[in-house]
Amino acid sequence: MAEATMNYDEAISKFDPVLGLEVHVELGTNTKMFCGCSTVFGAPPNTQVCPVCLGLPGALPTLNKIGVESAIRIGLALNCEIAEWCRFARKNYFYPDMPKNFQTSQYDEPIAFEGYLDVEIDTDEGRKTFRVPIERAHMEEDTGKNSHVGGATGRIHGADYSLVDYNRAGIPLIEIVTKPITGTGKYAPEVAKAYVAALRDILRGLGVSDVKMEQGSLRCDVNLSLRETPESKLGTRSETKNVNSLRSVERAVRYEVTRHAARLAAGDSVVQETRHWHEDTGISTSGRAKSDAEDYRYFPEPDLLPIAPSREWVEELRAALPENPAVRRARLVADWGLSEIDMNTVVNSGALDLIVEAVDAGVEPAAARKWWTGELSRIANDRGIELEELPVTPAHLKRLEELISAGSLNDKLARQALEGVIAGEGDIDAIVAARGLAVVSDDGPLLAAIDEALAADPAVAETIKSGKLAAAGSVVGAVMKATRGQADAARVRELLFEKLGVSE
Amino acid sequence: MSELIRKDASVLAGLVSSGEVSAVEVAQAHLDRIAVVDGDVHAFLHVDTEGALASAAAVDAKVKAGEKLSVLAGVPLGLKDILATNGLPTTCGSRVLDGWIPPYDATVVTKLREAGVVILGKTNMDEFAMGSSTEHSAFGPTHNPWDLERIPGGSGGGSSACVASFEAPLAIGTDTGGSIRQPAAVTGSVGVKPTYGGVSRYGIVALASSLDQAGPCARNVLDTALLHSVIAGHDPMDATSINAPVPDVIAAAKRADIKGMKVGIVKELGGEGYQAGVRTRFEESVALIESLGAEVVEVSCPSFPAALAAYYLILPSEASSNLAKFDGIRFGNRVGDDGTKSVEQVMSETRAAGFGSEVIRRIILGTYALSAGYYDAYYGQAQKVRTLIKQDFDAAFAKVDVLISPTAPTTAFKIGEKLDDPLAMYLNDVATIPVNMAGLPGMSLPIGLAPEDNLPVGLQIIAPAMADDRLYNVGAAIERELLAKWGGPILGMAPELAGA
Repeated sequence: MAEATMNYDEAISKFDPVLGLEVHVELGTNTKMFCGCSTVFGAPPNTQVCPVCLGLPGALPTLNKIGVESAIRIGLALNCEIAEWCRFARKNYFYPDMPKNFQTSQYDEPIAFEGYLDVEIDTDEGRKTFRVPIERAHMEEDTGKNSHVGGATGRIHGADYSLVDYNRAGIPLIEIVTKPITGTGKYAPEVAKAYVAALRDILRGLGVSDVKMEQGSLRCDVNLSLRETPESKLGTRSETKNVNSLRSVERAVRYEVTRHAARLAAGDSVVQETRHWHEDTGISTSGRAKSDAEDYRYFPEPDLLPIAPSREWVEELRAALPENPAVRRARLVADWGLSEIDMNTVVNSGALDLIVEAVDAGVEPAAARKWWTGELSRIANDRGIELEELPVTPAHLKRLEELISAGSLNDKLARQALEGVIAGEGDIDAIVAARGLAVVSDDGPLLAAIDEALAADPAVAETIKSGKLAAAGSVVGAVMKATRGQADAARVRELLFEKLGVSE
Repeated sequence: MSELIRKDASVLAGLVSSGEVSAVEVAQAHLDRIAVVDGDVHAFLHVDTEGALASAAAVDAKVKAGEKLSVLAGVPLGLKDILATNGLPTTCGSRVLDGWIPPYDATVVTKLREAGVVILGKTNMDEFAMGSSTEHSAFGPTHNPWDLERIPGGSGGGSSACVASFEAPLAIGTDTGGSIRQPAAVTGSVGVKPTYGGVSRYGIVALASSLDQAGPCARNVLDTALLHSVIAGHDPMDATSINAPVPDVIAAAKRADIKGMKVGIVKELGGEGYQAGVRTRFEESVALIESLGAEVVEVSCPSFPAALAAYYLILPSEASSNLAKFDGIRFGNRVGDDGTKSVEQVMSETRAAGFGSEVIRRIILGTYALSAGYYDAYYGQAQKVRTLIKQDFDAAFAKVDVLISPTAPTTAFKIGEKLDDPLAMYLNDVATIPVNMAGLPGMSLPIGLAPEDNLPVGLQIIAPAMADDRLYNVGAAIERELLAKWGGPILGMAPELAGA
C-alpha cells in the first residue's frame, strides 16, 4: 500500500537529504570466488555447483586470485587505499540461499578503503562536480537465488513452495559502499544516478564485470535519511533494495525523500528498515524490519589465509589501469568535436571503444560514429547480439570510407558491402568485386533511366519546371531503383535539372 | 582366529607385496575379527565388506602384474566417520547426518585409496568430534578393549579401539584438542597429530577449522610413520595446507636415536590432578630418556593453565559456525517438514532433533561468545591467550628439541562416570589442547600400565611445527627399550576379547 508522500520541492525546502549507496558488482571471473565452478549466466539450475559452493560437509574454500586482483583494480580506480593485510570473515545467518548458513565476506578488514569518485551533474548553475566519498570496497561471495512458486507476487509470502538455484552461490562480488553523501541538496537523485552511472563506466572500462543491472551483475541499494538542517545529526535511514536501473536509482531517491518528509512532517519517526523498490509503480514497500541489533557474529574465516598484496603488485596494477572513463570522455568530446548529447548516444550504444579503435586506424570520427551507432547498431540489434560480436574491423571501415570519398561507393552500396563483411564474404574490395558494387557514373545509362522515369510519370517534369524542385526526389528515386542503387544520386539530380533546363 | 590380525602393518605390507599372503586374505581376516568382537567393542559404525574386499583384490591384481606398490598397499584400516567417503555413509556420529552419502572423497581418503590401503569401514566417534570418551556418539558408545566397561577415549574412540582390539592394524583419527592422542593413551596404542596444515583437511567435516588435524593411529611407531607418510602433503584444495616437503617420518622412526638431544618436561603439564600411576610411568620414562643419552630439563609454559578456557571459547565459536550448515535443507536428515511449516521452523526442528546435548551445548556457547558486545571479551581474549601459548612454545623450543608430558591425566575411566560433568570431561584434554592451540605436532606413545588399575598410560611428545620427524625418532627410541623390557607389545598384555 502506498504511503503518504510530500511534494519533492516542499520536502527539499524543509529537509536536507543524506545519501548512502551500496553497490554490489558480480565479477566476470571464469570461476567462482572459492571453487572452480563456472560463472556463466543462465545455465540450468544447480548445474554449476560442487561440494565447495554447495557447502557440503568437509568441503573447504580456496581463493580465486583473479577475484582479488579485480578487487584491487576496482579499489585503485576508485582512488582507494589498498590494505597491506586483510582477511575474510564469516557473516553468520540462516537462510536457504546460503549453502553454509554463513557468507564468506570481508568485514572490518576490507581490501580497499578511503576512496572517492567525482561525478558531474547538470545544475541550475551549469555543470557541477560532486565528490562522492567511498568508505570501502570489499570482496564477498554471492548467495544462491530463491524463486518462490505459486502465490500472486512471486515473493515468499503466499508462495506454495520455494526453489533454490545454487549456480550463483559463490560468484565473486565486490561491495562498494559510500560514506554518507552530504551537500547534494535537491540534487540528491541526480547525484545518486550519476554516481552509479560513473561507477558502471569505470567497471566496464576495467573489464572486471559486464555490469548488467537487469541481469543483476550490478545491484544497488539506496540508503536515504533526512535531517532538518545540514548541521543536524543524521536522521534514521531506510535501505531500498531491488533498484535495478539507473532511472530507478534516481526515482527511488526522489521517492524516499518525499516519503520520509511526509512522515517527519506528520510527527512520525522513520522506521529503520529494508524496503523493496517497485519499478512499475515507482514506490517502495516495507520489507523486513532491520535493526542495528541484527547480529551476524562475524569472526575471521579460519579456512582461508590472510591476504597480503605486495606493494609491487599493487603498483603494477595501478600503472596498468585504463584511463578514467570521465576523463577519457571529456578528451574525446573535445577531440571529436561532439556535443554532450552526441557523446551520450555513443556511450549508450556501447560503441565507444569500437569507434575509438576505428579512429585510431585512420577513420574520420564522424564516419566511425555514423557506422557504429547507425547501421551496425541496427544490425546487431536485429540479431540480438553485441556490437563486439560483429566481424567488422577498423580496416573494413577505413577501406569503405576510402571508396566513398573516391566516389566509387555511395551510402547504400557501402551498406551492402558491410552486409557482405558480416556474411563472411571476405574483405571490402573482394565483396565490391564479387557483388558488382560500383557507382554508375557514366551519364549514358543514367540519362536513359531518367527518360524512362519521366515517361512513367509525365506530370512530374512540369511540376519541377514550375519550380517545385522537391518533386525531383521521386525521379531520382526511380532512377536509383532502376540502377539497383548503383547510381550517383547527386549526378542524377544534376542531369535531370540540366535536361529540364531548371537551375537549383 | 587368523594370526594375521596381530601382525604389524609394515609386516602385512611385506607379506602382500611379496605375494606370500593375498590382500584379500588379510582383509577377510580383519573382517572376521570385526564380526566376532565388534558386537562388544562397537568400534565401527559402518563396515564396508564389499568395498574392502574389492580394493584388496585390486591390490592383489597389482601384485600379480608386478606393479610397484605403496608402503601400505593391502593393509586394512579403520576410518573415522568424520572423513567424507564417496558412496559410503558419513555420519560424524550424529543423527543429523543419518543417511547422508557424500558424493566425494576427502583428500586423505583419496590418498589412502591411491596407496592401496584397504578401508574396512567407518569408526565411531563422539558426535562431531565433541567429547573425550565416544559416549557422545548418537549411535552408542565404543568400549575399551582393555576393559569393556571403560571408555576408549574420544573423540576418536572408534579408531583407537579398532586398532587396540586387532580389528585393524591402522586407523585414521582427527585431533582438535586431543582426539587422536588421548584415545591412543587410554588404549595402549600410538597416535599422532601432525603439524597443522601437514595433512589436508579437505573433506574432513570441520569441528574447529583452526584446530582440526587428521592423523595416523597404529600399534607401533613405525606403522604410524608409514601411515603418516601416506596421508601427509600439500593439497591445493585446502588453503591452510602447508606447501613444503613432508618431514621424513619413516627414516626418523627407523633412526630411534636420541643421544645428545635435549628433552623438556613441561612443568605445567603434570603434578596435581594427574593420577599416581600416570605420574609413576611418566617419571620412569624420563629416567629411560636420560639413560638413552638425552638431556632432560624442566621448562615452564606459564600460559598453559589458561589454554583450556581459551580453547573452550575458540572451539565452540568456530563450531557454531561450521555446524550451521546442518539444517536439513540440502542433505542429511530433515525433521518436521509436513508441508505446513516455514523453512525456519523446519531448520530449527531438524537441528533440535538431530544434535545431541553436547553439540547443542557447544553451539550455544559459541553463538554467545561471538555475539556483538561479547566478541572482544571472549573470542578476542581467547585469541590473545592462543598467541601467548605459541610464545611459550617458541621460548621452550629455543631451549629443547622436544617437549614431553603425560598425554592424559588419568587412565580410561568408566563409561558413564563423567557423562554428566562436562567440566570433568573437558579436563581429559588439559595436556593435549595447548598443542592444537599452537598448531604443533604431538604423539602419544604407550609407556606401560598404571600399577593401580593395570590400564595403559600414554606419554605425549611435542615437537616444533614441521618437525614431526622428531616425534617418531624419540618415540621409536623409547618404544624399542620398552618392548625389550616388556618382552613384546603392550597390547599383548590386554585381556582376550570374548570372540578371540
